[in-house]
Parts: sequence; C-alpha cells; structure tokens
Amino acid sequence: MKVIVPVKRVIDYNVKVRVKADGTGVDLANVKMSMNPFDEIAVEEAIRLKEAGVVEEIVAVSIGVKQAQETLRTALAMGADRAILIVATDDVHQDLEPLAVAKLLKAVVDEEAPQMVICGKQAIDNDMNATGQMLSALLGWSQATFASEVKVEGDSAQVTREVDGGLQTISVKLPAVVSVDLRLNEPRYASLPNIMKAKKKPLEEKTPADYGVDVSPRLTVVSTAEPATRSAGVKVADVAELVAKLKDEAGVL
Amino acid sequence: MTDTPFADPYADIRDAVRQLCADFPGSYWRALDRDHAYPTEFVAALTEAGYLAALIPEAYGGSGLPLAAAAAILEEIHASGGNGGACHAQMYVMGTVLRHGSEAQKAEVLPKVADGRLRLQAFGVTEPTSGTDTGAIRTFARRDGDRYIISGQKIWTSRAEHSDLMVLLARTTPAADCARKTDGLSVFLIDMKAALAEGMSIRPIRTMMNHATTEVFFDDVPVPASTLIGEEGKGFRYILSGMNAERILIAHECIGDARWFLDTATAYAKDREIFGGPIGRNQGVQFPLAKAYAEMRAAALMSERAASLYDAGAPCGAEANMAKMLAADASWAAGNACLQTHGGFGFAEEFDIERKFRETRLYQVAPVSTNLILSYIATHVLGLPRSY
Repeated sequence: MKVIVPVKRVIDYNVKVRVKADGTGVDLANVKMSMNPFDEIAVEEAIRLKEAGVVEEIVAVSIGVKQAQETLRTALAMGADRAILIVATDDVHQDLEPLAVAKLLKAVVDEEAPQMVICGKQAIDNDMNATGQMLSALLGWSQATFASEVKVEGDSAQVTREVDGGLQTISVKLPAVVSVDLRLNEPRYASLPNIMKAKKKPLEEKTPADYGVDVSPRLTVVSTAEPATRSAGVKVADVAELVAKLKDEAGVL
Repeated sequence: MTDTPFADPYADIRDAVRQLCADFPGSYWRALDRDHAYPTEFVAALTEAGYLAALIPEAYGGSGLPLAAAAAILEEIHASGGNGGACHAQMYVMGTVLRHGSEAQKAEVLPKVADGRLRLQAFGVTEPTSGTDTGAIRTFARRDGDRYIISGQKIWTSRAEHSDLMVLLARTTPAADCARKTDGLSVFLIDMKAALAEGMSIRPIRTMMNHATTEVFFDDVPVPASTLIGEEGKGFRYILSGMNAERILIAHECIGDARWFLDTATAYAKDREIFGGPIGRNQGVQFPLAKAYAEMRAAALMSERAASLYDAGAPCGAEANMAKMLAADASWAAGNACLQTHGGFGFAEEFDIERKFRETRLYQVAPVSTNLILSYIATHVLGLPRSY
C-alpha cells in the first residue's frame, strides 16, 4: 500500500525561541529550521512498515515556504520514495492554519489514493494538534491519534494510543489517518549514501491554486509574549516555617 | 539548498553529521580521554552511516564525493566537540591505492574499506631519524624472488593497532644509487595481521592527548611482491598528492575546533554574570573572541579555496599548506580565548575545554609543523633560497 507522510518545517528544537519585538509572532529570520520531531517519528514509522513489507511507497508532503524542500530532502534521505512540496507562501513568518493544511492534504490524498496518512500528532512550533483530526474528518476516514504502537493487519490497523491514565488499543479500518506520539519509535539518522540518493529522488512542486484550495488565514494573532521569567525563591529557616508558608501563603495544605 | 549563490552545498551532510555526533556528547569523549581508549562506538556509527567512505568512488561502494565534502564532515565532527583523529585516515589513506594501485588491488581492497570490513587507516612514513625529510628514511624493502623483505622502523604511525592494512613507504634502492634522494622509494600495502605474525611489532606511545599513535618495527618481515603499489621507485611521488588532501582535511578539523571553542566561549560569556552583568559585555572578554572569529573565517576561506583547487585537479600545494597553518593558528587562538573566557572553569575537565585545548595543540605540529610550512611558502612561493 501507499502511505502519505506530511512533514512540517519548524524552528529547530534546540533553538532558544525569541518573540518578535512587535509581538506578531516568533522571530524566524536566520534561525535554524528542522523537521518537526513528531513528523520524523511518522517518517520512521512509514519506513519501518515498508521494511516489514506492509508498505510499498512512501510519499512525503510539505506545505509552506519553498525552503521546506530541505525538510522533504531529509525525509527522502531517511527513506521516503518521493516528495510533494506545496509552496503556499514566501514569508517564513506566515504559518498556515491547520484547516488550510488539512484541505490541501485532502486534495493530495484524493490524487494519490493512499491507504494511510501517518502524521505527527502536532508541530512543536504552535502545538495546534489539529491537522490530523481535521484531515480524517474531511476525508471521512477513521482516525487513530497519539499512536505509541502501530500494527497493520489486513484491511485494518491496530493502534495503541497514549491516553490520560494509560494505554488504549483500538482497531481502525483502513484507509485511516494515524497521528503519532513521542514514544512510537526512535527515528534513524540519514546515512551519507542515502543523503546523496535523496538528491535524485523526485520532488514535485505545487501551489495551493493547483488544488483549488484557499489558504488565506481565518485567525488573527492578537499578541505573542514570552513566558514570565521565574522570580527568585526564599529560604526558610526550618520545617515549621515551611509548613506555615505552605499553609498560609501557598494555600496548598 | 536554498537559492542563494553562497549556499553551502553540504548543509544537509553537515546537519546529518551533527545529528549523529549528538549521540556522542562530551561525557563520551571525556571517559575515553581518561582511559586513552579508542572511540570504537563512534567510529562504528560513522562507518555504518557511510561517512568514512565519502571519497571512495561509487563503483567501489563509496559515495564518490569531492574532498570538500569530506572536509565538511570532519569539520562538523570537531565543531560538535568530538575528534576525527581516530578515523579520519580511513577516508583518505585509500587515495594512494585508488590513484596508483592496480585494478586488482582496487577491486580487492576498496569495497571492503568502503563498508568498514577492512580498516585502512595507518600510513607508515615518518621515522625517528627523518620527519619531513622523507628522502632520508631508512626502512628498506629488499626484493627476494616474489617477495620483499622489510626491515626498519616507523614512528608516529597513528591507529596502527586499529588498522587491518597499512600504506608503507620504504626505500627499495639505496639513496647512494639514486639521482635524487626522493627517488628509489616505494609504496606497499601491508596486511598488518600477516606482518605481525612474521616479525612486525607495534608499540603504542602515550601522549598528552587521547590519540592512538605508535612505533612500528620491521624485523625482516617478508611481504608478497604483489603488495607493491604502482611502480617500484616512484613511491615518493605517490604519497605527495595524499599529503595535500590530508592537510586540507586537517585544516577543516581545526576550523571545526575553532567553531566549537567560539560557540562554547560565546555562550558562557553571555550567561556568566559578575558585577551585575554578563562578562561578555566587557571588551576585554569580547575582543579576543571577535579576533579569533575573524581569524577562523579567514582560515576557512583559505581552506575552502584549497579544497576547490584540489577537487578541480589544480596544483594546491601552497594553498593546502597555508590553509593548514592558518587554521591551526585560528583554532589555537580560539582555544586560548575560550579557556581565558572561562577562567578557572576552563581547567575543569567537565567543561571539555582543556581536552579540546590539548587536542587542537597537536595541529601546530602534525601532520607538518608550522615552521616547515613557512619554509615551503618562503622557498616554493616566494622563491627565497633554502636554508637546508
């Protein structure tokens, strides 16, 4: 079967995020960008399913600025077979909203007819955690979110989900959208020969207009602010004072 | 892979190398340093990911990349806080076989070097009585029927204990019978295990840093005549092109060290507060770092230039030498500034600075010392008379 893996170019998880002076968002100019770590896990899972003989073809899709082709090349170097880049903006600061992304992905799915979409549960830049769910709704497909284990058996997939208080295993009929969580696998790093091979793998470039999707924003960012810095603590003289403070000031006892 | 004309063509490779290196943090290198142990796991990871086969042509199982790509790989290892010295020779020693070996030798050896089944990372040239004066080597290979009998001694043969094969330079015609003293030298590809069983011995030398270097002794060691690379007597010429490659790669390791020192020092100077502000706001702290940064960038330009000349097949002796000298000076200046910025903490092992400081000091001396580079520039480039 064919699998589609959407990958997002996001600010690298090692970069210390800075809010732009005008509060319209996070400063992304000249900042190291990488593949969203949850999407790396999704790519890895697709490759493992291919290595297990379940999947024949992996198509990586990225939507955003043209530079997202680097993110797609990373996916290709890890083991995806081909890639589709939908250039939706030339402004690195414009973040596409989940609904627009989901609509574009639906259009890609309509064209490619995969049996599964494996995506990261959320992107680490805005933590929306919405695209996978919206996509499954638009497609009318089953969905399995927050996967920590994926097994494909015949025309269904058994997915173990990380839920509050434990693990839940569900069976979903294919085709399905699976969103993956942190503990599903440990993504491989690309080897040098695969990085070189990836340069020759097909990468198709499209625009939202090719799919007839309107990506104009529906949300307005009112303000963006850094979290308050931690204020200094106080030293207590003894246990009695600590208990008193917890009781009277913190009100937790 | 952006569209700007100055985009780094190896940005993707650099990223992937840094990702691999992230699994080998300072604590890994510190533990090895303490025990003078070989970074077996790190070398295995690099081998498995194909980086050590970057320069081997695709036909022999490598990636067939230019020297500039290998340089980028080694630079990132050093910029990540690691050290490529344990295995960088696996990348380039094979060049002697590739350029001058027979088709049979290449087909036999290169695919196994590419996938790591064979480690070819020992290069026996230097002797106790002849350093850069290569023509003065005394190790002799005497022809005896279908074999050569080798006797002599090599020193500073790095990684000899971690190599299956060694490229060895030995005299095959006495210097007295040669027109020039660089004539009459030949290159052999020695099977280390077989040679160890027949009179070769290796003695490790402990040094101020964790680097697996040795002395190698040959006591009438017979080797098959088929181990000769190219023609007898032309060995000096064969090893020269390899030396330029080595200098360019080492220059990039220095650039990597300099970047690590500057990243580490800058982060600390921004973070460390005293007298109500970060120490990095003081120009006494800033300026040595700024100067080292400028020196590093200048050295990087020369190193990149040398690599492009090498990759274009153009003469690059002067640039390779200058790159190595400038880059070694830049990493040393950056190391010194980094240590000074950290004050007492720079001496604490857990900061890794003292380790990198010891490691980068080597490049003032090896693989060729600064004075001999200056002498090369003076005599070969400026046309001044030789002092020796």
